[in-house]
Amino acid sequence: MAIWQPDPSFYPSPRMAAKAPEEKLAYVAAFDPDRKIPDAIAVVDVDPKSPSYSTIVGQVDMPNAGDELHHFGWNACSSCLCPNAPHPHMERRYLVVPGLRSSRLHIIDIKPDPKNPKIVKVIEPEEIAEKAGYSRLHTIHCGPEGIYVNALGNADGTAPGGIFLLDPQSFHVLGQWEMDRGTQKLAYDFWWHLGHDTMVTSEWGTPDTFENGLVPEILLGSKYGRRLHFWDLHKRKHLQEIDFGDEYQLVFELRPAHNPTKAYGFVGCVISLKDLSASIWTWYRDGNKWAVKKVIEIPAEPAEPELLPPVLQGFKAVAPLVTDIDLSMDDRFLYVSCWGTGDMIQYDVSDPFSPKETGRVRIGGIVSRASHAGAKNGALNGGPQMVEISRDGKRVYFTNSLYGAIDPQFYPEGIDGWMVKLDAGENGGIKFDENFFIDWPKGHRPHQVRLEGGDCSSDSYCYP
Amino acid sequence: MTISVSPWLALVGLGAFHGLNPAMGWLFAVALGLHRQSRRIVWLSLIPIALGHMISIAAVVIGVVLLGLIVDQRMLEVAAGVVLLGWAAYHATYGHRHRVRIGMTTGMMGLGFWSFLMATAHGAGLMLVPVVIPLCLTASPEKELTTAGSLPIALAAISTHMTAMLVVILVIATCVYEWFGLSFLRRGWINFDLIWVAALAIIGLVLIV
Repeated sequence: MAIWQPDPSFYPSPRMAAKAPEEKLAYVAAFDPDRKIPDAIAVVDVDPKSPSYSTIVGQVDMPNAGDELHHFGWNACSSCLCPNAPHPHMERRYLVVPGLRSSRLHIIDIKPDPKNPKIVKVIEPEEIAEKAGYSRLHTIHCGPEGIYVNALGNADGTAPGGIFLLDPQSFHVLGQWEMDRGTQKLAYDFWWHLGHDTMVTSEWGTPDTFENGLVPEILLGSKYGRRLHFWDLHKRKHLQEIDFGDEYQLVFELRPAHNPTKAYGFVGCVISLKDLSASIWTWYRDGNKWAVKKVIEIPAEPAEPELLPPVLQGFKAVAPLVTDIDLSMDDRFLYVSCWGTGDMIQYDVSDPFSPKETGRVRIGGIVSRASHAGAKNGALNGGPQMVEISRDGKRVYFTNSLYGAIDPQFYPEGIDGWMVKLDAGENGGIKFDENFFIDWPKGHRPHQVRLEGGDCSSDSYCYP
Repeated sequence: MTISVSPWLALVGLGAFHGLNPAMGWLFAVALGLHRQSRRIVWLSLIPIALGHMISIAAVVIGVVLLGLIVDQRMLEVAAGVVLLGWAAYHATYGHRHRVRIGMTTGMMGLGFWSFLMATAHGAGLMLVPVVIPLCLTASPEKELTTAGSLPIALAAISTHMTAMLVVILVIATCVYEWFGLSFLRRGWINFDLIWVAALAIIGLVLIV
């Protein structure tokens, strides 16, 4: 088990990681919305020189049905090189795959055969509830104290949701991360600024308010998540809460700057109750406090009611629904998924307070149903959702499903899964790779994408 | 009074060995310098790192010497050997699993505390036991551990160790910050934890046998 040199996929700084070799494989979480057949991690060939490019070349099925696999991650990554907690002689070898609905955690070994991963350990929800007091596992990050897992509910399936730690070698559940959670109750995403000893968490809702789909009364009552929480990463103590106000609902994906000396990041807000617009906010250090500023607003598009799902008909507009964002390794380009309108927008965020749109493509969408050169039957449904960027920033992958219970609220006829890839220009600009279109096999819908060796939302760095 | 040179060389060697290990602090000093874009910070950071390391080592060494005043020397050696072996086993099993208490925004006090914790958790002071005990013995004419004879020698031993460590971390931190850059960490950072565990175990065995 012991190795003599750090894993070659660990990089001290994002600058060095951006020079990493091109990925050849992608791992994609795929789930069955009907919860009848087991979910899977699919292995996708993303090597353009390979004859099986743009196809699924392997798959590992979960042992149970109904997990609803979500934002999985690695057992170890570049943060192992951090000087304050160095343990670099680890392998990036295991995918840690959480079930959002089942609260089950799967450890999957990709080393013996990267195209044919194997499940080596399954941690049952009872063990997690007992040792950590949490359920509804959502996002995984490898970090200074091991593997961090966040959960949207406590052991009883209510608030508070939070984070727990997993031993990166034995995969034992170590227990709840928070020592003083202050005012935090709801959970969604989390990440950190290693250079500023700060954890940031965002909010969705308690499991009873989303497991059967979004509840209109809760949304219109502004009772879903709308806050950011800032924590002392090492004292594990809540420091500050920022409330976006009752206009803003569903404050979701967090993308702190990769450069650890920078104290800012981006968060997407799915919907404004005022005009259905979506927004991107920059959080930043202001004196000795954190502050936020809205830097992008994406308006809703007027649409004929008969083209809209019941939930939007009264508004006569299609909401952009920004459900995922991702930041390139050089902190220069922010990609924004508009799952409602079908846009994937690229912004130059070199100045984090003044983003400039540099590229936009459209595919799927509630009204537009835009197609792709590689699609056989034209009108695509679903829209840009989980997005992942290669470490060199040249390739962008995304899939089209959000969450089993919410998909039919916005796409009532169901979602036919697809995965696509964009090529990004050196100085901005995006276009579809016409040779990359995966018509996802029926029975599953694709969700989170992870790239072999790491990507732009998997690793964090201690050196600039 | 005859003082042989080799235990002092061993102390210098152990100081250099501790200094070489990135987990003992030079890497932290480099990182802080890079964060704050200051060569001065790299050098200043080495002071609390060396002091924290020294305090941890001094606590162990002085503890052992004082224990030596009341316990038979052979028993002391065996006990220290057993503790070293235990430490090696602990470090091999749980070395990766410590709470992280100090991060990149730390001040000089925090850095000293971090260095103290790292040296203590790594059993750095224990490694010096087999060198310090005979050294203190040769210092007393009756070949017995006495307070008057042992403490000054123990303190000299600790200072020697610390000086060697400080020189080594100064040289490496400066070289990496100024010339090598961090990319060399990717391949050049050999598994010091394994070497460390082996060192703890070997020194433990030497004491027992």
